[in-house]
Amino acid sequence: MTLNPGTDLRSDALSEIRINTPAVERRAATLPARRSLKRDHQAAWLLNAVRCIDLTTLAGDDTPDRVARLCAKARQPIAPELLEAMGVSGLTTGAVCVYPTMIAPAKRALGNSGIPVASVATGFPAGLMPLNLRLAEVLYAVEHGADEIDIVITRAHVLRGEWTALYDELRAMREACGSAKMKAILATGDLKSLENVARASHVAMQAGADWIKTSTGKEAVNATLPVSLVMCRAIRDYRDQTGHVVGFKPAGGLRTAKDALNWQVLMAEELGRDWLRPELFRIGASSLLGDIERQISHYVTGRYAAAHRQAIA
Amino acid sequence: MTSVSDLMETMEYGPSAEDSSAARDWLARRGAFGHFIGGTFAEPGTLFDTRDPATGHVLAQVTRGTADDVAAAVAAARQAQPGWAALSGTKRAQYLYALARHVQKRERFLSVLETLDNGKPIRESRDIDVPLVARHFYHHAGWAELRDSAFPGHAPLGVCGQIIPWNFPLLMLAWKIAPALAAGNTVVLKPAEYTPLTALAFAEICQEIGLPSGVVNVVTGDGDTGAALVMADVDKIAFTGSTEVGRAIAGQLAGTGKRLTLELGGKSPFVVMPDADLDAAVEGVVDSIWFNGGQVCCAGSRILVAEAVADRFEALLSARMARLRVGSPLDKSTDVGAIVDPIQKDRILSICKAATDAGAELVGGAAGDGCFIAPGYLRNIGPANPGFEQEIFGPIATLSTFRTADEAVELANNTRYGLAASVWSESAAVATDIAAKVKAGVVWINCANLFDGAAPFGGYRESGFGREGGRAGMLDYLSEIPAEAITEPVPATPVATTTGSGRPVGLDRTAKLYIGGAQKRPDGGASYAVPGGLAPLGNRKDIRNAVEAAAKAGKWAAMGGPARAQVLYYIAENLSARADEFAARTSPAEVDAAIARAFHYAAWADKFDGANVQARPGHLLNVVHEPFGVMGIACPNAQPLAGFMSLVMPAIAMGNRVVAIAAQDDPLAVTDLYQVFDTSDLPGGVVNIVTGPRDDLAKVLAAHDEVAAMWMVGGDLAGAKKAAGGNLKPVWAPDHRDWCGPQAQGEVFLRHATQTKTIWLPYGALPEGTGSAAY
Repeated sequence: MTLNPGTDLRSDALSEIRINTPAVERRAATLPARRSLKRDHQAAWLLNAVRCIDLTTLAGDDTPDRVARLCAKARQPIAPELLEAMGVSGLTTGAVCVYPTMIAPAKRALGNSGIPVASVATGFPAGLMPLNLRLAEVLYAVEHGADEIDIVITRAHVLRGEWTALYDELRAMREACGSAKMKAILATGDLKSLENVARASHVAMQAGADWIKTSTGKEAVNATLPVSLVMCRAIRDYRDQTGHVVGFKPAGGLRTAKDALNWQVLMAEELGRDWLRPELFRIGASSLLGDIERQISHYVTGRYAAAHRQAIA
Repeated sequence: MTSVSDLMETMEYGPSAEDSSAARDWLARRGAFGHFIGGTFAEPGTLFDTRDPATGHVLAQVTRGTADDVAAAVAAARQAQPGWAALSGTKRAQYLYALARHVQKRERFLSVLETLDNGKPIRESRDIDVPLVARHFYHHAGWAELRDSAFPGHAPLGVCGQIIPWNFPLLMLAWKIAPALAAGNTVVLKPAEYTPLTALAFAEICQEIGLPSGVVNVVTGDGDTGAALVMADVDKIAFTGSTEVGRAIAGQLAGTGKRLTLELGGKSPFVVMPDADLDAAVEGVVDSIWFNGGQVCCAGSRILVAEAVADRFEALLSARMARLRVGSPLDKSTDVGAIVDPIQKDRILSICKAATDAGAELVGGAAGDGCFIAPGYLRNIGPANPGFEQEIFGPIATLSTFRTADEAVELANNTRYGLAASVWSESAAVATDIAAKVKAGVVWINCANLFDGAAPFGGYRESGFGREGGRAGMLDYLSEIPAEAITEPVPATPVATTTGSGRPVGLDRTAKLYIGGAQKRPDGGASYAVPGGLAPLGNRKDIRNAVEAAAKAGKWAAMGGPARAQVLYYIAENLSARADEFAARTSPAEVDAAIARAFHYAAWADKFDGANVQARPGHLLNVVHEPFGVMGIACPNAQPLAGFMSLVMPAIAMGNRVVAIAAQDDPLAVTDLYQVFDTSDLPGGVVNIVTGPRDDLAKVLAAHDEVAAMWMVGGDLAGAKKAAGGNLKPVWAPDHRDWCGPQAQGEVFLRHATQTKTIWLPYGALPEGTGSAAY
C-alpha cells in the first residue's frame, strides 16, 4: 500500500462541505439495523476485527513488562484451540500501540512476528507543546523503530478555522515520520461539530495522513458511529477528488463485539471491502478484544464464556 | 460449507433469516379465517388465498365478504356505538392503551406476519411499522382521555367504514382505528385483499383485551367488499388507496350526507438544493422511493436536483443504490423485499417501459424472478413523460434537474397530486421558503418519510382530503354539534327577461357581475328579474372568467394575515358608512351581521394559528393552516347579504380567493358590494361575484380543476359533489341557518377554509454524543 502523498492545501474543498447532523445520526442509527451477521459469518467478521485492532496501552503506569504482556496477546489474540477449531491460523492483531518510551520493549516482545508497532507522539494526548518538541518526539519514535506514528492535531487550529496553520503543522509531522506511516488523531470529541470533523479530516488527508483517527481515547466522547460516518465520507470524497486512498481508525469507543460488527458494517457499506483490511482499517481498543474472544468461544463451544478463562492482555 | 478463513476473505454478510415459525404456527392453528363481527370470528364463507409474495406460497385462506357480511358488521358496530360513545374518556383511553401494549407485546409476531403477507423487509416491519402502530394507539389513548375538554361542542360521527391499502396493512389499520375509537365511533374495517392477515391478528388482540363487542369489526374481501361497505349504512367512509378508487367513492357518496376522507396517491417531489448535504439527501432517497419497495403513497418519487450539484448527486446516488440488497423479506440484511403481487410488478414494469419508450433512460430497475424488482431511477425525464407524471408505486424514482429555486418550486408543483414533499438544503432561509411554496400536506425538510401519531398526514389536490394523526386527524372523526337548521327557500327558475325592470326609482342602475375587481356584463348578455331590478344572468363562461381572475390574485395569500386583517376592517368600515343603503336592500339586522362578519374575521385573520407539535425530540414539527387557493362558494337563497358575508369573509381572511354565487332570488345587495370592496383596498380578483342559476353555476364551479375547495348551502348538493370528483376537491355543505345569528360565525368556518400542512424539520448543531440510543 503506497503512502498518501497528500496534496496542496485545498481550502475550496473545505468550504463546500455541508453536513446535516440529524441526517448523519439517522443513518448511523439505522446502519447496524440494516445488516445482520450470524454464526460462521459473524465469527469471520469478528476475527477480521481482531486483525484490525491496534491493541493499545496508553497509561501513565505502563511498564516494559506490561507492554510485553500486551504484545504476547497481540501475537495470540484468540486462544489457539478456538482458532484451530475454526481452521484459522496466523491471526494477530493489526498492531500494538504504545507511548514512545515503550517502543523498544514492544519491539523486543514482538520479535519477528511482523506485527507493527505504533507509537503516539506530538505531545499526546493534548498536543499543546511547542512544535519543535512535538516534531522531535516523532523523530524519537521513528529512531526507536516505530512503524506507525499516531500524531494528534492542534484542536485550536480547527476551532479557530486556521487551516493553513493546521496543514503546515501536519505536513511537518508527515515529513518527520519519514517512511513510518502517519495516523492523524483529530480528537473529534473536542471538535464537537461534524463539519469541523469533516474539514479537519480533509486537511489531514491533504497533508499526507495515511489514516485519519477519531480520538485519543482521552476525550469526553471518543469514537461514535456518526463521527465515523462523516470521516468515512471524507475519505471517499478525498479519493474521488485525488485518487489517493486513506485509512480510517476509530478509537476509544469500541468495547463490545457488537461494536466491532457495527463499525465493520459501516466500513463495508460506506467505503467497501478494501476498508475491511488492516491496511486501511484499524480499531484502537484494549478491552474490545476480550469481548470478541468471549463471542468466538461461544461460537466454537456453544457455551457462554467467562473472562477469567481467557488470557488477558 | 465455506470455512471461516474463506469468509474472512470474502467478508460477505451471509443469510440471516428471521424465524417465522410462530407466525406460521398461528396460521396453521387458525385455519381458514371468517370475518370478525360483533366480537367473535364468524364461520368462514367463500374463501380466497392470501400469498407470500416472496415465494408465491399460500399463507392462509380468508373469507370474501359479501354485502350481507358487511351489513352484519355494520349492524354490530351500530349496536355497539352508543355504549362505546357513552363510556368515559378515561375508560376508552384504557382500551386504546391496552391495544398499544398488546401490539408491543406481540411485536415480533406482528412484524413477521406483516412481512410474510406483504413482502416488505423485516427490518421495516420490525423497526418502523409496528413501533409506529403502538405509538399511534398510545397517542390516541391520550385523545380519548382528552376528547371532551379538547373538542367541546363536538360529538362522534357514529359508525365508520374504513378501507385500507396493502402497503402498510397494520399501520394504516392503526391510523384508521385509533382516532375513530378515541373519538367515540365504532368501525368496520376492510383490509386489503392482498394483506388481510395482520388485521385478523389485530382482531384477536381486540378479543384479548376485552374490547366491547362490535366496537371493531373486520370484514375481509376484495374491491366488491369495499364497495359494499361504501354503500352500507355507515356515517363516514375513510379510504386510503388509489386516486381512481377514491374518485369513484366520492361519486358514490355524493348526496348521501356521509362524511368522507380520502388519502390517495402521490408523485411527491424530492427537491435537492445546491447547498444540501448530498449524502443526507441520497439517504433520503433510500428512505423514500426504496423504502417498502417504493410502494409508499408519499414516496419522494420525483427527484429534482439543482444542476450545479446534479453530477455529484447522481454519482453518490448510483453508488448507494448499488449497495442495496434485494432479496428475501425475512432476511435481516434485506433492503428491498418483494413487490406485493405479480399484478403490481407488471404495472410497475409497464410504466417504466412507457417512460423509456418516451425517451427516458432507466438506471437499474431490472425485473427479477418472482415479485422482485431492483431499485432504479429514470433519468433524462421531463414533465411530459408518463413516468414523470404517473405514480409508479415501485422502487423507481425519476431524476431531473432545475436551475433556480423558483424553477424547483414550479417543477415540484407541476403535478395533480399534493401528498408530500421533501426539501434538502442547509440554509434555513431557503428550506423554509420552499416548504412554504410547495403544495403538499406534508413537507419533510432534510428528512423523508417520518411519521408520528401526533403529526397530521394527508394530501392537497388529488391526493385527497382529511388528515390522519394529531388534532386535525381527530377532528375528521368528530362533528360539530350542528347549527339549528332551517329550511332554505327554493329559488325560482331565473328566466332571461324580455321586458324591462319596471320604472326605475331615481337614476337607472345596472347591476353587473364583479370579476377581477371590475364590473362585468354577463357573457350571455341577459338579465333576470329580481327584487329591486334586474340581475345579470351568469353562465359557465362567467364562472370560467371569474375563476381565472381569482387564480391570478395569488398575492392575497402572500400578503399575510395582518395585512388581510386591515382590508377586512376597512370593508367593515366602508360597509358601516353605507349601512342605510344596504339596509334598504336587505334589513338592518343583515347589515349589522355583515359588518360583524368583516370585523370578526379581521380579528381571526392573523390568529388562526397552527401548532408546534410534540412528536419526537430534536424535531421541529409545525402544523400550519394554509388557504386552499381558489374557493367556490354557493350562497344560501335567503338573507343575501348576511349569508354572503358569513361565508366569504372567513374564506378570504384565511387567504383564499373566492368565486361566489350570490343568493339566486335576491342578489342585488351583493352585487352592490363591489363599491365597498373597491374602496377598501381589496385587491382585484380576491372576491368575484356571479349571479344567476345557482345549481347550474355551482356545478361548473365544482367541476373546475382550478377551484380547490367548494362550499355550498342548500340546492343540488349531490350534483355539485359529483362534479367535484374531477379534481377531488372537498365540498362542505353547512346547513342553512339564520345567517344573522351567532351560529353563522366561528372557528368551524376557518377550519373548512384551510388545509393543514405538516412541516418536519429535524435540528441539531452537534451530534448527540454519549447516551444516544444510536450507539
